[in-house]
Amino acid sequence: MKDAINIFVEQENGERIELEAPLDMNLSVMEVLKANEFPVQAVCGGMAICATCHVEVLQGEDLPEMSDDEAYMLESLPHATDSSRLSCQLRIEPELDGLVVRIMPEA
Amino acid sequence: MEKVTTDICIVGGGPVGLFAVFEAGLLKMKCHVVDALPVVGGQLSEIYPKKPIYDIPGFPEILAGDLVKNLEKQIAPFHPTFTLGERVDGLEKLEDGSFILRTSAGSEIACKVVVIAGGLGSFEPRKPSIDKLEQYEDKGVVYMVRDPEQFRDKHVLIAGGGDSALDWTIYLAGICKEVTLVHRGSTFRGAPESAAKVLSMAEEGQIKLILKSNVTEVHGEDTLEAVTVMVDNANPYKVDVDYFIPLFGLVPKLGPIEDWGLTLDKNAIAVNTLDYSTNVRGIYAIGDINTYPGKLKLILCGFHEAALMAQSAYNIIYPDKKFVLKYTTVNGIQEI
Repeated sequence: MKDAINIFVEQENGERIELEAPLDMNLSVMEVLKANEFPVQAVCGGMAICATCHVEVLQGEDLPEMSDDEAYMLESLPHATDSSRLSCQLRIEPELDGLVVRIMPEA
Repeated sequence: MEKVTTDICIVGGGPVGLFAVFEAGLLKMKCHVVDALPVVGGQLSEIYPKKPIYDIPGFPEILAGDLVKNLEKQIAPFHPTFTLGERVDGLEKLEDGSFILRTSAGSEIACKVVVIAGGLGSFEPRKPSIDKLEQYEDKGVVYMVRDPEQFRDKHVLIAGGGDSALDWTIYLAGICKEVTLVHRGSTFRGAPESAAKVLSMAEEGQIKLILKSNVTEVHGEDTLEAVTVMVDNANPYKVDVDYFIPLFGLVPKLGPIEDWGLTLDKNAIAVNTLDYSTNVRGIYAIGDINTYPGKLKLILCGFHEAALMAQSAYNIIYPDKKFVLKYTTVNGIQEI
């Protein structure tokens, strides 16, 4: 069993930055992005109430289902897409290995 | 609308703002607390009152709502006063170094020290990124319905898919000449009754409903005259409107605090960790709203910051007295 997975952040120029995300710290993708100093504000700290950690999932399967809170928040975002997620609601689990996200601008 | 004179005005009535009343009270400084929400407790009351918190020292587990109740009890001997449901908008520094704060409802608080314990900030409407949108603000673009009569017999276009978009569409349909609802999705996740009502109103022709669409452009000479709606990312067309109301929920922002001349760092107020003072003498920032190297957004850190702030504020409020640390175990609580 691996103790970390790799996730990728796609930059504007298409380049993908690889990040290592440990499995044993109960982290969310948002926390991994913040720890790696990506410009994710995550104002509310992970309660799915501010949508300042909005990402678009470019590649990834077996993502956790959206809670009502998250779905509702995304619904209200003018520039969300069908593959939008709040990165604070994506727990780092083995299934997320190879996940590719793009950080969405704040509305 | 009221006029208050106090030693310390605390902007934000969350847990840290409330505990600041306690620390100030121990040093015989009177506090007035202002919060935009109608109740104290901030996020703890508004967002997660029933959630347990596990990292309050001495409480293995406590519900957020109970922590707020305990804090209210703890500060009661110091008789703080409150202005709730009003947002602090303006801050004026007087020549003698004291301050006057003005709220959205016109209340004025005169104080010697300002403590900003604003947490996430105030919740402001989320603005869609549309070119030149700001140019038409209050000239046809409004983000909040304050007085529905404003829209009587007008052509109104609402954008959004949440509860408030649904509710206002239903309500304004009875007042406006024409209401159009533009929604990005093809379904609504909001309250099922409201969603069903909107769909049936659209079928009956009482409103216009445009799904899978976005507003992409705004037009008008001086005031708003039309918007462009893009359907399915492909078919743009212009709709003549008097008002465009984007309703995309609320997002926490620093709000008017941004304009108070304080040094900011990534949406937070930069402070000196010696006493959590800002760059303006007499203004402190504690809790989630401040930032410094090593900052942790934890309630318990905010409590610590409140204690250090209070001893520094004491030197401003009582410049001739020497600060002496007193223990509650020795002195108890002296009502003020």
